[in-house]
Amino acid sequence: MDTFIDALAIVSRWDVIAALIAGSVGGVIIGAIPGVGPAVAIAILLPATFGMEPIVGLTLLLGIYGSALFGGSIPSILINTPGTPVNALTTYDGYPMTKAGEAPRALGLSFGSSFFGGIFAVVALMLLSPVLAKVAPMFGSREIFLAALLGCILVVVAHRGQSLAAGALLMFGLFLNTVGMEANTYSQRFTFDLGFLTQGVDLIVVVLGLFAVSQAFVLLIGKDDPGEAPTISGSVAKGIREVFRHPRVATAGSLSGTIMGIIPGVGEFTSQFLSYSFARATSKKPELFGRGSPEGLIASETANNSVPPAAMVPLLALGIPGEALTAMMLSVFYVHNVIPGPGLFRDQMDFVMALYICLALLNILALAFLLVATKPLLKVLVIPNRYLGMIILTLSFVGIYSLRNSAVDCMMAAAFGLLGVMLKRLNLPIVPIILGMVLGGIMETKFRTSLPRIRSLYSWIDRPVAMAIFCLICIVLALHLWGLWRDWRRKRNGSVQH
Amino acid sequence: MSDDHHDLLELTHPPHHRAEIVFAVASFLVAVALAAMWSSETAWANGQPWSRQPGLWPLIAIVGMLVFGAGELVACLVRNARAGGGNVLAELGTWAKAGEYVAWFLIYVMAVPYIGYLPASVLFATLLAFRLGYRGLTLLLAPLIALGIVVVFKAGLSVRIPGGAVYDLLPQGLRNFLVVYL
Repeated sequence: MDTFIDALAIVSRWDVIAALIAGSVGGVIIGAIPGVGPAVAIAILLPATFGMEPIVGLTLLLGIYGSALFGGSIPSILINTPGTPVNALTTYDGYPMTKAGEAPRALGLSFGSSFFGGIFAVVALMLLSPVLAKVAPMFGSREIFLAALLGCILVVVAHRGQSLAAGALLMFGLFLNTVGMEANTYSQRFTFDLGFLTQGVDLIVVVLGLFAVSQAFVLLIGKDDPGEAPTISGSVAKGIREVFRHPRVATAGSLSGTIMGIIPGVGEFTSQFLSYSFARATSKKPELFGRGSPEGLIASETANNSVPPAAMVPLLALGIPGEALTAMMLSVFYVHNVIPGPGLFRDQMDFVMALYICLALLNILALAFLLVATKPLLKVLVIPNRYLGMIILTLSFVGIYSLRNSAVDCMMAAAFGLLGVMLKRLNLPIVPIILGMVLGGIMETKFRTSLPRIRSLYSWIDRPVAMAIFCLICIVLALHLWGLWRDWRRKRNGSVQH
Repeated sequence: MSDDHHDLLELTHPPHHRAEIVFAVASFLVAVALAAMWSSETAWANGQPWSRQPGLWPLIAIVGMLVFGAGELVACLVRNARAGGGNVLAELGTWAKAGEYVAWFLIYVMAVPYIGYLPASVLFATLLAFRLGYRGLTLLLAPLIALGIVVVFKAGLSVRIPGGAVYDLLPQGLRNFLVVYL
């Protein structure tokens, strides 16, 4: 109880409240603009948060992360264009409802589901915190090394059909992390005698290049989509209330998002896939799915909005980010010399609890904002794409240049921006590069610190938690190989029949 | 996105583009080049076991890039032979279009230390908006947006961007104000 009161004292500070409001309102607006998304916004704002206290900076970024998905459903439902990539599933049932003249109901269902999913995940994490506080100290260097390795493997296998490309990109990220001065022997690694590479490749420069600059380029080389701002008549409140008449679907979706969010490298798409499949399989009207099913909309939105709070678990408890946005947030911790991991739960539980409270509050603020501002917010849907590209490029400069006032950083970001354009145009994943950089750094450090205790290969897994993670790695690999074999057999049978 | 009945696999299996072969070849060649340079670009620490060598982790990464890159190359060739949508040359042309905006961005970057953050941003936003074909009110809004970005980030959030060289030509009081806030 004392911890909770201390956490409330942290959250009630004016700068935290300001960050919470700015983050949640800003996140909804950013999410509602197709082509921007939380990753771009967080990448741009990241360097600006380095001057803030960790709780303030993290609250601002979390606000954007958590509430962008609320806003992202608006264009998905009204104009069949996902505001953020993870709102794609929302178009399946949201847009048909709009075409049937039920746009306010669809928006209400979406907002209510996002709220339900967000709050469900936060409550689950608050209840889980005492367990995490007990389990986290059982993670030593070996366990964290193995958990990071599991994260790398999950990132690769989660990209079904693109595992080879994801693996190559993950390894490229791992390579980027090794460039520069090696801290133990003070020797150069792949610096090509270039002075600026001695300090290594900055994660923030790569993040800004791959997410923000590349998105600006993609928009700038694209076309504007001339259209009028959609309008809606009627209240969204009825739709919000309707969510609570589907507790089975909403709870299953939230549970799926919470579990998938905790597992590094998996994220929103898998949670939505499971949630939507479950809802369709157990529905009395499965034929409506993909044609305007309220249950489909609830399954999609509860599953994606319960991921952000859950994704904070591996970050806070083990210092292992599960996806790109939490990887960016990790740098906020590092800049302030706050090391997330087992020690954080042991020594700064009030800080952790304050973050959870902020996560809960941002859901309330986002919903409240949408209740009063949905109609005026529709105007942002008609901002021309290429104009947005110009704005994002102007904003990207601040993020990159303010790091070290280095033109070389800007050139590197532009180069990564071009790489990002190629990857985005080819529908290849960007996230493995970022996770390769972050998890690679963690693995190298923990590998070294584990070595003095390693007598044989078995020493890596001779402790219960390490053994459990090793078994998980084996299961994940076995399941993936089995899936590949099944796909291959299905294709072979198909070609034989033809 | 079509509003017909959807297949959930669209979410997890994005469509293949023939131009992915360019990525596959490039990433494999990069991996080969890095592998060739591994011994010259990393040091060998005498008296240290292999597990503590500074070149170990770059080697792991490069071997991984080679293995996955080779697999991706083969998979791409197979997919392109079977089907795969899109024209490779047209796609390369689209990527090349981004080169123009790289040039715009780098000119903006180079201009800031000389003419200052605010003037460079206002000029960049206005000229780029003009180049993109915007006129009238939308064009007029561009410098205002740039001004807003500068005020929010430099004056509001105090991000570190030094003043431009031309600021030194201004009276001391104005110069100090511009260096700190704009």
